[in-house]
Amino acid sequence: MRISLPLGLALAALVSTGVLAAEAGPGVALPPKSDVSFSFEGPFGTYDRAALQRGFQVYKEVCSACHSLNRVAFHALADEGGPGFTEAQAKAIAAGYKVPAGPNDKGETVDANGTPLTRPGILADHFPAPFPNEEAARTANNGALPPDLSIIEKARNGGAHYVYSILTGFGQKPPAGFKVLDGKYFNPYFPGWNISMPPPLNDNSVTYSDGTKATVAQEAHDVVTFLAWAGEPKMEQRKRMGFGVMLFLIAFAGVLFLSYRKMWADQH
Amino acid sequence: MSAGESTYVPKTGFTRWLDSRLPIVRFAHDTMLTYPTPKNLNIWWTFGGILAIMLVFQILTGVVLAMHYVANDKMAFDSVENIMRDVNYGWLLRYAHANGASMFFLAVYVHIFRGLYYGSYKAPREVLWILGVIIYVLMIATAFLGYVLPWGQMSFWAATVITNLFSSIDQIIPHLGTAISTWLWGGFAVGDPTLNRFFSLHYLLPFVIFAVVGLHIWALHVPGNNNPVGIDVKGPQDTVPFHPYYTVKDAFYLVLFFIVFAGLVFYAPNFVGDVENYQPANPLVTPPEIVPEWYLLPFYAMLRSIPQKLIGVIVLFGALVTLAFAPWLDTSKVRSMRFRPMMKPFFWFLLADCILLGYLGANRPDATWNLGGIEISLVWPARLGTLYYYAYFWLLLPLIGLIETPKPLPDSIAKPVLAAAE
Amino acid sequence: MASATSDGTTRRDFLYIASGAMGAVGVGLAAWPFIDQMNPSAAVLALSSTEVDLTPVQEGQQITIMWRSKPVFVRKRTKKEIEEAKEVNVADLPDGLARNANLADSAPATDANRTIKPDWLILIGICTHLGCIPLFNQGEFGGYLCPCHGSQYDTAGRIRKGPAPENLFIPPYAFMNDTRIKIG
Repeated sequence: MRISLPLGLALAALVSTGVLAAEAGPGVALPPKSDVSFSFEGPFGTYDRAALQRGFQVYKEVCSACHSLNRVAFHALADEGGPGFTEAQAKAIAAGYKVPAGPNDKGETVDANGTPLTRPGILADHFPAPFPNEEAARTANNGALPPDLSIIEKARNGGAHYVYSILTGFGQKPPAGFKVLDGKYFNPYFPGWNISMPPPLNDNSVTYSDGTKATVAQEAHDVVTFLAWAGEPKMEQRKRMGFGVMLFLIAFAGVLFLSYRKMWADQH
Repeated sequence: MSAGESTYVPKTGFTRWLDSRLPIVRFAHDTMLTYPTPKNLNIWWTFGGILAIMLVFQILTGVVLAMHYVANDKMAFDSVENIMRDVNYGWLLRYAHANGASMFFLAVYVHIFRGLYYGSYKAPREVLWILGVIIYVLMIATAFLGYVLPWGQMSFWAATVITNLFSSIDQIIPHLGTAISTWLWGGFAVGDPTLNRFFSLHYLLPFVIFAVVGLHIWALHVPGNNNPVGIDVKGPQDTVPFHPYYTVKDAFYLVLFFIVFAGLVFYAPNFVGDVENYQPANPLVTPPEIVPEWYLLPFYAMLRSIPQKLIGVIVLFGALVTLAFAPWLDTSKVRSMRFRPMMKPFFWFLLADCILLGYLGANRPDATWNLGGIEISLVWPARLGTLYYYAYFWLLLPLIGLIETPKPLPDSIAKPVLAAAE
Repeated sequence: MASATSDGTTRRDFLYIASGAMGAVGVGLAAWPFIDQMNPSAAVLALSSTEVDLTPVQEGQQITIMWRSKPVFVRKRTKKEIEEAKEVNVADLPDGLARNANLADSAPATDANRTIKPDWLILIGICTHLGCIPLFNQGEFGGYLCPCHGSQYDTAGRIRKGPAPENLFIPPYAFMNDTRIKIG
């Protein structure tokens, strides 16, 4: 969970003593679901490769219709600590996308129909956005802007649990007296409870190639794993290196402590 | 005390030649090897060395980050993501630099409170203390400038809030405050010109800090270190050479410090940060809660506790300036709180007060406490906290020193150390 | 620093040496990220290969593409140009080495060693004198003329006249199929 330190400590201390009223009025988002766990949590957590690939499939087939992933490059799909595609597979995935192309030799940036020129993606390209700009995105989505998902889990309190709760939090009945605004949907995990995104996931929204049953919870779990990787592709390397660094520092502290004691023995 | 004769003897032809032209080896020998240091320094004296290392560390990580960072409002956020994803070890350098700033402030707060507790600011170390306050202010400025650079939502809005403070000067001299804000911004609001100049200044200030740290250490070496009992060094029986006694001791505590630092960097790199800053800056959308980083929260609480903007600004800066007067406000004949039974509880209360102010600064301006069914706005404890802070320096330090009966001081540093009577 | 007992001395020294050594190792390990961050990043390395579609290039024509920030000439040679290149005696050349990244350093500058398929000449378009970009199809030898100081290259991109010391370099490349090459 990613809650800023001062706020987190404050809330924990004072909610537990009852001094700070834990407001639970209408519109106040429920805390993210804590009854789900992810393989990447904890100091030894890693990304489940199969979940990453399934999550990528969910992103590609469902989310990418509205949400860009513009900070992730295709070559990252083949990187260590990621979904584990080979370079050839990542290349093929890239080539399946159309990315904006520069002016052609005549200096044109659109074709005869006025459509912007595109070319197949290469490894160096980033995932192209579904809409060319913010205005187009809002027009297509009732004025709401679907946020880019590259770092969504680092940009929200609750991180992976928050995104998971949103994705699985649809379909509930709003409490009596709560008005769901026009064009919005009820989701008690979203601040304000009125979310512009329609429920994106259903059972079997995708058909997993590895045969895993595609329930909403499974799809949510997989895409949340994928998005965690999208935001923190170096996590595994970070935790691995951290282990080595901590071991080294603890050993070094031990050696230094003995040196310190020996050194000062004649002063006490 | 550094008044002793240098014992450095150059052994080789080259070192003799160098010593007669630029005695830099002698200087290092005298200040870092043979420098006589009181033998009773405790853990709280290790933070000066830790701070020096952290300054160098921040400069090193900052310089390599600057090789990839782009200070342009359209590219800054993406350049940081490039560092995190594509630059070799970029994620490590970025997390180290960001969490390093927090560790730097943690160490400086321990260092400052050590000074307050043991009376290290008292004569003859007043200039040393004032240089320290200057370093602290420069650190705050540097940290603020640095936080703007990633150009996230919090970067942008923190810059907006803080630079807007200057407009309060309009109440004293009409138009001057706005002129200053405009001059700082390079425009009509925080924008690309602001970002560029903040990058330039963020790169510059650490080197200014480095120079002031040099003066700070010089000012320390003239009278020599204070020590936990606060009595002066009487002779060589009270000191040990800095090397190897304190080099080894400082190295040990430095490694412990780095264990905490590494724990943050490798296992909780976003723990002290704000999620809001992972959203690119949007001048049209204000975040639901604008909060500075934790180390600035006490000042934020002080600022917000005063409804009048100008007075709030004066109270904020006044808190920093107040520190500089401590040597003259404290009337006690005795340095260390160990021997000041009346003042000591007030010191602990000050520490608790600063922590409380920090907590209050993290809360929303309209937050309340529910005490026995009565809703109290948090602005009231913030006001009390601010009042106590000022009272500690302007009322308690002058008064208590006059009426207190200190405990008897030990005869010397060496005796308590030998008797292990700490 | 006085040592307590001779027995204590040995143990103390070992500890201090161990501390110092661990410190040095730690600093060395910590230094590596600072050094490695200056190496090309993943974003730059992703552009270390470029694929080129050969179909738009007509016989006798050349296109220039960027590879690793350098201009690369992709030239479809005419039969005449190929024959002219083959007829040259390698011993007469100012630079007798092939300068071909796909071959050994010592390979001689025969026309066969300057190409993979004879009708496609792929060269790094940077004059080996002082780095200007030579002009296509100019000079006495039908290859290239560098406008800066007058170096002239033949139809295999080999230096024939002028101050350039070496033949134009051939980058590492391979044919993916008859109409596509991958450079780098």
